[in-house]
This record gives sequence, structure tokens and C-alpha cells, in this order.
Amino acid sequence: MAAPIGNIKDRLFERATAIFAAIVLGLTLLLFALLLRESLPALKKFGFSFVTGTTWDPVAETFGALPFIYGTLVTSVIALLIAVPLSVGAAVFINEFAPPWLKGPVAFLAELLAAIPSVIYGLWGVFVLVPLLRDHFMKPVTKLFGWVPLFKGPVYGPSMLAAGVLLAIMVVPFILSVSREVMATVPQRQKEAVLSLGGTQWEMIRIVIGQHCIPGIFGATILGLGRAIGETMAVTMLIGNRPDILFSIFQPGYSMAAVIANEFTEATGDLYMSALVAVGLVLFLITFAVNIAARLILKQLLARASRGI
Amino acid sequence: MENMNNDVLKISGLSAWFGSNQVLRNIAMNIGRNTVTSIMGPSGCGKSTFIRCINRMHDLTPGFRLSGSLVYEGTDIYGERVDPVALRRKIGMVFQQPNPFPRMSIFENVAVGLKLNGMKMPKSELAGRVEKSLRMAALWNEAKDHLSRPGTSLSGGQQQRLCIARALAVEPGILLMDEPCSALDPVSTGKIEELIEDLGEKYTIVVVTHNMQQAARISDFVAFFLMGDLIELDRSAKIFTNPSDKRTEEYITGRFG
Repeated sequence: MAAPIGNIKDRLFERATAIFAAIVLGLTLLLFALLLRESLPALKKFGFSFVTGTTWDPVAETFGALPFIYGTLVTSVIALLIAVPLSVGAAVFINEFAPPWLKGPVAFLAELLAAIPSVIYGLWGVFVLVPLLRDHFMKPVTKLFGWVPLFKGPVYGPSMLAAGVLLAIMVVPFILSVSREVMATVPQRQKEAVLSLGGTQWEMIRIVIGQHCIPGIFGATILGLGRAIGETMAVTMLIGNRPDILFSIFQPGYSMAAVIANEFTEATGDLYMSALVAVGLVLFLITFAVNIAARLILKQLLARASRGI
Repeated sequence: MENMNNDVLKISGLSAWFGSNQVLRNIAMNIGRNTVTSIMGPSGCGKSTFIRCINRMHDLTPGFRLSGSLVYEGTDIYGERVDPVALRRKIGMVFQQPNPFPRMSIFENVAVGLKLNGMKMPKSELAGRVEKSLRMAALWNEAKDHLSRPGTSLSGGQQQRLCIARALAVEPGILLMDEPCSALDPVSTGKIEELIEDLGEKYTIVVVTHNMQQAARISDFVAFFLMGDLIELDRSAKIFTNPSDKRTEEYITGRFG
């Protein structure tokens, strides 16, 4: 007798959860549709040259987003170049060398970095990181290697390098935790195989990572890239906000997220607003693609792990 | 033939603990040159722990400690000046589960030990050593035409022979085998057993097994372990026909284990 009521409750529950799922999916689609609709005027006017144009001049109503795409990519690449070796090294230490009593606290603190709001990172970056980099790294380096285009002066402080370094610190916890998980899946017998052949602990780690962890670390890197590309607040505070494409990483730049955050409130004209939304659309598409790539790589890796390879 | 000075490995008073749990008690045993010695006994008797003491495989296990003396060719294995890395080159090991490196070819799997510790040798010499090792492991005829395929493309039994070839390539003085057939089918097991018998002519082999028939087939000597004690060590024929200890007799007649 209770069965029909149970059935109805089950059905209601199922419907309700289906609606929630549909809302989440719908929000994503709606967001995309809105971005597309609002950016249409700018995209229509500039066409493909919107992403290849290098001039961003609100007064003349000429909008080319390449400087922002460039700034986003350069800062993200700097971040990964620093964060990947750092995270992988830390993961090796925590998993293989740290005494058990140190393992937990170090891993916990490293992963706590992910919980700090990005505006705090930005403040720290402005007051600590930028002066530090300017006086103790950028200035000496320009003095010695200023002839290298990558390190050309003048040095101001806020720069693509500063933003990249800060981003590196922000993505470390993500790359670190995925790398640790990947390393923990390596079968003990693989490690023992290297040791039994007369391998050192370093050789064991090198071979085991090469044999088992490269795809996983690559996936972790892409995940970190996704974070770095979308990061707004901290980058806006450090990158210098100058819409030019400059080769030297000591020079200021501008990122896609930063230009939207900075100029949204002062975008008076319809075309200006539409151009900013179009930048958002480009950012959305890039992060979307990066995240899908990361998922695919990790999925493949897990499938392989479950086949016992 | 087995003159008393011709012992490759001399073990005396070996006791071992994981934390407060004693797993080996006062083991004394000598291993003669070019003999096959089986370590036999029921699960949990300390067989694997025992042979992993010989190549210091427990070094990285937290909470493990041991006392007593293990001397390999005159060198105290746990001596203060002994480098475990150099020692393990002399004392090879084959594991329960075949464990070839998944992203290395058959050739690279055999050659990997020869490239450790920054060692380098001319390509032709390397190829020669790989071939020799694969021949010794009775895998050459099956593998010679596809040395560049991944090691994991081989069958389980072939993978285990690949691992034996990998261990032989660095020319160890002793080969330790920890239940090398436990993950294999009967046909592959037969091949590995044959291989162990052949290798025993030129190599000193210590093999852990919980399979009495296997111990009888392949070994010159058999050591019977029970609950961390070495009950009896004798020629294989003697152990299986006329054991000295009652517990050995009970085990081989199938009364427990």
C-alpha cells in the first residue's frame, strides 16, 4: 500500500534532480548565448581582425584584442614555466622523501594556498613581490642582459613577469595535488624494479615518473593553465595594464580578464561595451578548450591506469 | 663439490622486525655457489621478508629493523661502508608480478640496468649484452624480431622472462626470485621452472615458493620456514624423502599449510 506513494516520491525526486541539472546546463548555455549576442556588434564590425588587431583605442572606437590575448598567454606561460618544476619537485619531496610527520603538514599548507582569495595575492604582489622583483631581479638583469630583447628595460615594476610569477604561486597547489595523486598511483613493484637493478633513489624517481607520470603531469599542467588564463584580480593588480604587445617580459602588458575588469565600468559606447564582451567570449572559448583538453588527457590516463599499465 | 669455502652468502643470527612485530627469528643459512635454493613455507612464514633482507629491499620501509649478519662474498651486506645501490647490482631480484617498464621497448627493458649510475657502453656491446641476457632468459627466439615493441606487449610469462633477462643483464652474483611464478599460468610456470634449473648451472639462485612440487623440481637445496623460524635446510632430495624435523614432514605431507 505504501508502494505507490514511495514510487511517486521517487519520481518527484528524480524530476527535481533532473531540473537542477538542467538549470546548471542551461546557465552555461545562457551565458554563452549572452556573450555571443552582446559581442555580435563588435564582431560584425571588426570580423576576424578583432582577434588579430593590435590597436585598442576606445576614443577612436578601434578595437583589436590581440594585446590582451598576448598578455594572457605570456603571463600564463611564465606561470607554468615556474609552477610546473616547482610543483613536481615538491610532489616528489612530499611523496618520496619527506618523513611521515612532515608529509601531512607540508601537503596541507601547500594546498591551502588555493584557498587564499586572489585579491589578497594581488595586495601581496603589489607591496612585496613587485618591489622585490624590481630591485633584486629585474634591475640587475637589465643591467647585465638588457641587450637581450626578452629582458629589455626600462624597469617599472608592474610587468608581465610580475603577473606571471604571482600566477605561478597561485597555480602551484593545483598542479601539486594532481601530480601527487598521479605519483601515488605508481605500483610499488615498479619502484622496486629500479632499486633492485642498482638504481639510486633519484634514478628510481626519474624512471618511474618517465614511465608512469608524464601524461598525468601534463594534464595537471593544462589544468593549471586553465586557472592561470582566467585569473583576473591578481593579474589586473600586477600586469601594468598597457594594451601593447611588447616582447620584453619586464614591460607592462594587459590580459583579457584584466581589461574587462578595468574598463567595464567606463565603457560608455555600445560598440565599446560589445568589444569588451567579445574579449570575454574569446576568454571563455579559450578556457573552455583548455579545460576540455585537460579532461580528455586525464581521462585517457585513468583508463590506462585501470588497465593496469 | 660444494666445498665449505665456496659459499656465496653466509647468514647467521638474522632476526627482523616490522615495528614491534618480529617476523624472522635467528636465521642461519649458507648459500653455495651455483646452487638453487628454495625458500619454502606457508604464507606469512617470513619467506619474502627473508630474501628481501638479502638485497636490502627493506631499507625504505618505515619501522623495519634487523639484527644478525649477512655476508656476501666477504662483504657485510649491512656494513656501515656498504652502498646499498652498489650492493643491489650484485644481488639481482625478480618479483612476484612481472614488472617490465611500460613505456620501454623489450630492448630498453633489458638494457635499463646497464644505463643506471651513469654507466655507458658502446652500442654494439649493449646490443650484445641484451641478446646474451635474452638468450639466458630463453626469450631471445620469441622476442628477437620485435625488440622495439613495448615490453608490456608480451604475455605474462614472457614478461616475467623479460624481467629475468633484465636482472641478468647487470650480471649479478646472486639472483633472488620472490615467488616468480605466482602470477603465471601452468605452461608459463613450467617454462620459468625449466629456466631456473638451467640458470642454476651457472648462477646462484634463491627462490621463494609456497609450492612444494616446484621446490622439489627446481632446487638443489630447500629451506623450510615456519612462523619466522628456519626449521630445516637440506638437500632437496633429503627434505622431501626423509626430513629431519617433524614439522617439515607434516608440511610436506600436507597436514598443514
